[in-house]
Amino acid sequence: MKTWDAIVIGGGHNGLVNACYLQRAGLDVVVVEKNDWVGGAATSRELTPGFLYSNCSYVCSLFRSEIMRDLELPRFGLQVISYEGGAVFTRDGDYLANYRDHDAHRREFARFSKRDAEAYDRYSRDVTRQCRLIQPLLMRTAPDPTSFKPRDLGELLYLGKKFAGLSSEEMALTLRFWTMSISDFLDEYFETDVIKANFALSGIIGTALGPMSPGTAYVLLHHYMGEVDGSVGAWGYARGGMGAVTRALAASFKASGGTVRTGAEVDHVLIRNGKAKGVVLAGGEEIYGKLVISNADVKRTFLKLVEEKELPDIFLRRVRNFKIRGSSGKVNIALDSLPEFPALPKDSPVYRADMHFTDSIERMERAYDDWKAGRWSTDPFLDMMIPTTLDPTMAPPGKHFMSCFVQYAPPKIDGRDWTDADRDGFAESVISQIAEYSPGFRDRIVHMEVRTPREIEAEVGLTEGNIFQGELTFDQLLFNRPVPGYAQYRSPVGGLYMCGSSTHPGGGVMGAPGRNAAAEILRDLAKPTLHMSPAHDVI
Amino acid sequence: MNPHATIKPSTARLAAQSHFRTLRLGTPFQPRIDALGLKQDWYNWAGYRAPHSLWDEELEYFAIRSQAALFDISPMTKYRIEGPDAEAYLDRVTLRDVTKMKPGRVHYTAWCDDDGFVLDDGTLFRLSPTRFRLCSQERHLPWLLDSAFRYDVTVEEETEAVAGLALQGPTSFAILRDAGFARIERLKIFDLAEFAHDGASVTISRTGFTGDLGYELFVPADKALSLWDRLMAAGELRGVRAIGYTALNRARLEAGLIVANADFTAAEHAIRADRLRMPDEIGLGFMIDPDKAHFNGRRAILEARARKKLRYVLVGLEIEGNIPAEHAIVYYRKSQEVGLVSAAMWSPMAKRNIALASLQRPYGDAIVDDLWVEIYAMRELQYQKLMKKAKVVPRPFIKLDRRTANPPADF
Amino acid sequence: MTSSDLNWDAIVIGGGHNGLVAAATLAKSGRKVLLLEAGNEVGGAARSEEFAPGFSVSAVAHLLNRLHPDVVKTLELERHGLTVERGDFVPSVALFKDYPLVLHGAYGEVLTGASPSEQSAWKELRAQLLRYAGVLKPFLSRRAPDLGNMSLTEMTGLGQTALALKRLGKEDMRDFLRVLLMNVYDLLDEQLSDDRLKGLLAFDATLGSHLGPRSPTSLLGLYYRLAGEIGGLAGAQVQPKGGMGAIVAAIRAAAEKAGVSIRQASPVAKVIVEKGRAVGVVTQSGETLRAKTVVSAINPATTILDLVGPREVDTGFVRKVRNIRMKGDAAKLHLALDRPPQFAGVDAAAHKGRLVIAPSPDHVERAFNPSKYGAFSPEPVMEITLPSLVDPSLAPPGACVLSAVVQYAPYALKEGWTAGKPRFLKAIMAQLETYAPGIGATVRHAELLTPADIEARYRMPGGHWHHGELQADQMLMSRPVSGWSGYDTPLEGLFLAGAGSHPGGGISGAPGLNAARRIIAMRA
Repeated sequence: MKTWDAIVIGGGHNGLVNACYLQRAGLDVVVVEKNDWVGGAATSRELTPGFLYSNCSYVCSLFRSEIMRDLELPRFGLQVISYEGGAVFTRDGDYLANYRDHDAHRREFARFSKRDAEAYDRYSRDVTRQCRLIQPLLMRTAPDPTSFKPRDLGELLYLGKKFAGLSSEEMALTLRFWTMSISDFLDEYFETDVIKANFALSGIIGTALGPMSPGTAYVLLHHYMGEVDGSVGAWGYARGGMGAVTRALAASFKASGGTVRTGAEVDHVLIRNGKAKGVVLAGGEEIYGKLVISNADVKRTFLKLVEEKELPDIFLRRVRNFKIRGSSGKVNIALDSLPEFPALPKDSPVYRADMHFTDSIERMERAYDDWKAGRWSTDPFLDMMIPTTLDPTMAPPGKHFMSCFVQYAPPKIDGRDWTDADRDGFAESVISQIAEYSPGFRDRIVHMEVRTPREIEAEVGLTEGNIFQGELTFDQLLFNRPVPGYAQYRSPVGGLYMCGSSTHPGGGVMGAPGRNAAAEILRDLAKPTLHMSPAHDVI
Repeated sequence: MNPHATIKPSTARLAAQSHFRTLRLGTPFQPRIDALGLKQDWYNWAGYRAPHSLWDEELEYFAIRSQAALFDISPMTKYRIEGPDAEAYLDRVTLRDVTKMKPGRVHYTAWCDDDGFVLDDGTLFRLSPTRFRLCSQERHLPWLLDSAFRYDVTVEEETEAVAGLALQGPTSFAILRDAGFARIERLKIFDLAEFAHDGASVTISRTGFTGDLGYELFVPADKALSLWDRLMAAGELRGVRAIGYTALNRARLEAGLIVANADFTAAEHAIRADRLRMPDEIGLGFMIDPDKAHFNGRRAILEARARKKLRYVLVGLEIEGNIPAEHAIVYYRKSQEVGLVSAAMWSPMAKRNIALASLQRPYGDAIVDDLWVEIYAMRELQYQKLMKKAKVVPRPFIKLDRRTANPPADF
Repeated sequence: MTSSDLNWDAIVIGGGHNGLVAAATLAKSGRKVLLLEAGNEVGGAARSEEFAPGFSVSAVAHLLNRLHPDVVKTLELERHGLTVERGDFVPSVALFKDYPLVLHGAYGEVLTGASPSEQSAWKELRAQLLRYAGVLKPFLSRRAPDLGNMSLTEMTGLGQTALALKRLGKEDMRDFLRVLLMNVYDLLDEQLSDDRLKGLLAFDATLGSHLGPRSPTSLLGLYYRLAGEIGGLAGAQVQPKGGMGAIVAAIRAAAEKAGVSIRQASPVAKVIVEKGRAVGVVTQSGETLRAKTVVSAINPATTILDLVGPREVDTGFVRKVRNIRMKGDAAKLHLALDRPPQFAGVDAAAHKGRLVIAPSPDHVERAFNPSKYGAFSPEPVMEITLPSLVDPSLAPPGACVLSAVVQYAPYALKEGWTAGKPRFLKAIMAQLETYAPGIGATVRHAELLTPADIEARYRMPGGHWHHGELQADQMLMSRPVSGWSGYDTPLEGLFLAGAGSHPGGGISGAPGLNAARRIIAMRA
């Protein structure tokens, strides 16, 4: 029977990135994916004829361009298109837009507050400064602060030096920034509710925190660390939906000789004498490999795929304590025509941007209170966009795909599982919010896919439906991610590695965990990593 | 579903929505400039469509130096600062001593953050005991408003409401006099006065950005065109010409004047900590008055002076040859990198190859010998690399007596 | 000779406990010190006051649990009447229907009323919390480290912390680093199962701050509490005899013994600044007093914005000072009762302790929710003491004083406290009635101090007893503002010594002591 050099469990973007790098290093790699398609949460499927959805993840910015280049993704069809800024509709019938042009941006803000309009430059300078501190850490393995190994000490020194380059005050500001709520942070710059809401949303997307929770300023950073072709902080659409990212990855992987097995759900990891030897599929089939790399989240990997007896107690305890909380849902809608928003001029570029209806931090926070109480938000926060205004490949001409990311949706309703009726109620809260700003909206709907945390977990396998494979709070960042002592992609089981978003630097379609894990694996195998281009300079 | 009270937005806010259709605004003078802008060579000045050059950038420069040039400065940021505490307020915000500034006077000044880093430089006009206008390149409303905490003063941005024109050059005085601005000859350098114009009032100051005889005029936006026409009519026989920024930029370099975010990075824009500059590091040390009352940045500036912590110096350079050294690296002994040229040109007035450069102390400060610039001159798709000797020279590079002569000469 | 002619070495503004500690410490170093107190007596928020005829109470702080041992030692407070013995420790009681849970001794050395498994879980958690708080403890009596230009002492200090971390052992250190900025809610969920115990700890972690137990970083509040000690034991608490006023009296005695001149009813109008240097003060009565050093032990924002004024400091600094979040969420309730109340299921000894209504972490979180939007908790959480049971002189014979800190009562109540206060009092009384049936009928007089009242009465802006939220972003080198965390200010000769400075509030005396040490070290 064949023994693979490496088996990657899960064909999400990080699993594929990892597999690509290993295959290109000369390993013989197989990716086993439970669904009949690859892509994980970066997938585009045609659920109704003629319409392609970005079923879960829906925009692209964080995906590292080093990876796109190394793996030749453009050759395999990946194209990322920048889009216009975005807008928040206000309850008084107006809207606040974010235009890409700096002066238009200022004039738009000045409609609400001249002061805030001019405060934006200082705000963006301060956020950029923080981003520049974090960015270089994304493509590095986090050091273990308890270790005396030369490499860890070296990395700690690197961190120390980055920090030491700052003045005392900047250091204090950095520490402050990391522990502040996005609401308090914004209060120091802006006075207008809708302008604060406009920025605060980046502090909550994907987390089970409200904008008033300390630590959400950092989450904002996480969403600002991306770029589209050098335009830092910009977001774009993957042409053909987010599935284009993983389709390109899978094609690149196959082109370099890799093997993908879909419809192959792993039941458990085969472990002999404390070493991973392969995986056993749900049907009982055994696949042997010298290494096993899990793209599944840390809870799924170690609480479901690995037997308890193989793991040290302290590791198990920490894995159980890992916070991975569903907080969001997704509603994908096929439309037979472009919806109208009377508040928007017909020629507004905002139609091609992301749209929001939550015009104050208080409304955002109240939506979070619902989550804490075990309910979906009655007045949800929506990140809504119509990619087909820029991407003609996703729907027939004149017809549109609308993507609605929805927060908050708890993993359980009042402590019990979601029911279909709950799901319908959840969808209704979304539709009615949009309809309030877009008369006739309901009549345009051709088809709709509703994903609550239940559906996300069932299909994609993300525990509790958490899109980041684990909360982005300090206790789960850097050397604490996913658990202290195992933040370097290895696990207590020999030959078993992690490469998903549960690991540093975390979630979003970034690919960095998959690549960093590949680097560690190749280091263990003493294989060269010349095919990994160095991380881009931050100058 | 959203049971939140709604207050209708103001009609002004709704009307302003349409700005997205006009990404570059016209200034109040735009109809005249468009008519004269034969080259259609525009750049973005703070969101306005401003001309690099209207007809010929060389000849526009010579208009400044030989006749008179009209340059639209409306996009400059303008703040109206008014109230019983305006003097005390501005004395704390800006470097120079405002308590010694009489109504009818203008300061070229600068302002700093707590760490003594320059936020911007600009001109401060004292229109009356309690009324000022502050003009600058960048925008500073949050800083100015936060500085106003506990002061009886109002700060309002009036960039759009007030149009500005610079009339610069040897015949500028004569043009204003001929245009009927009575007793304009009494304005000495850095004086200002109000004059009647078209049923309103125009503020004229003897200031400018050229190192030449010249004036700046501020007028309500709706009186802009009539002011333009009045000056053009009066100047017709004295060779007045409208010009763009390229020509002005040459004149200002000869005058040794600096521009924010060209010759130094304004503090609120600096992402990299080593790009921040103290006044002493960009040649504005003369503005510091340790004996005046407290002003923003005072502690940090005086401490940096006392502890010799100043890191940079901005100098004027005279460079061998006649090839402009724009953005050239400055070397010590041809090998050690010590700074960068931020602006450079062959000066037609001085007949010298001049430049402004930022150097790391002690170079340019204690060590001024053996400095070189490496010029990359692109000629037909090839860099001609030249290593040229540079000498630190005092600024301004040209000194024109007519700039300050009283009464101003009648050309 | 009038005092105006005297040249003082140091003038201390504010006779709260931190001002007294700073003044006493400076005087002991041989400096001639004048302390100016605005009120008619010293003590600030640590005063005891008569709130109804015959009824006295510690006006704001009512439990002593963190008076810093260095303060006790430096001021020789034991010689001035401060005594704390093990027998004085009072328990904490998590009230719940008629089966409360009691933490005895120093923060639950013994736990009663819980299942055996919960007891052992608690034993482990308590040890862990004390261990981790112990790592942070040395920071209390030091300046916050100046990371940019560290002095040798600071390096050594941090080195000691690193060593203390190392001593925890690898796994413990990892856990320490993991949980440091976590929320208290999740940590409790990881280790405990009894809602009563979890509720109590969730309450303690968030007491005095604008955080709910689910807010990240809320665990720091618990560490802050447990880094404090009294009678040599971390986490212990006592109800001082004579109320908090007695503690103040001891500190005042020490100050006077050291030669501090104390002037009461002398509010300061402004700090005199000449050429960037503070050289004295002008009192509201118009008297000018000059000194080499001015030490402000009052609120940092009041000091900078009102007494110094923006004219003498930079805009960025003013901006930072104005950005200090200091809107209090805690109200203080004083009840004059005909007789001692009977809390259901609580024995006589435990009635002398701290009685906490916080039935679960979720309850505390729900109580927190409305405060985010400017509304008070409809079912507030609170800590109750019955001081007259410990010191009968505080109430007429047979009668009883009830003192409670109640959350959440946002300073900026949307409906305004005039309308809100009676409604909030009603909500509090309803809670009390549930836990001590019949208490309502025995109320002779009720005084509810909202944060707005506390602000007015004790000159604490926002009614915040820490003089600034004690959250991660306003701690250590960010307290009171980043860049100026070491008790100095941009003005030479002006120092900050109140709770608004590191390490923060509570009756600890640490800010006052640290500030005085800083001044002595600078030879200012």
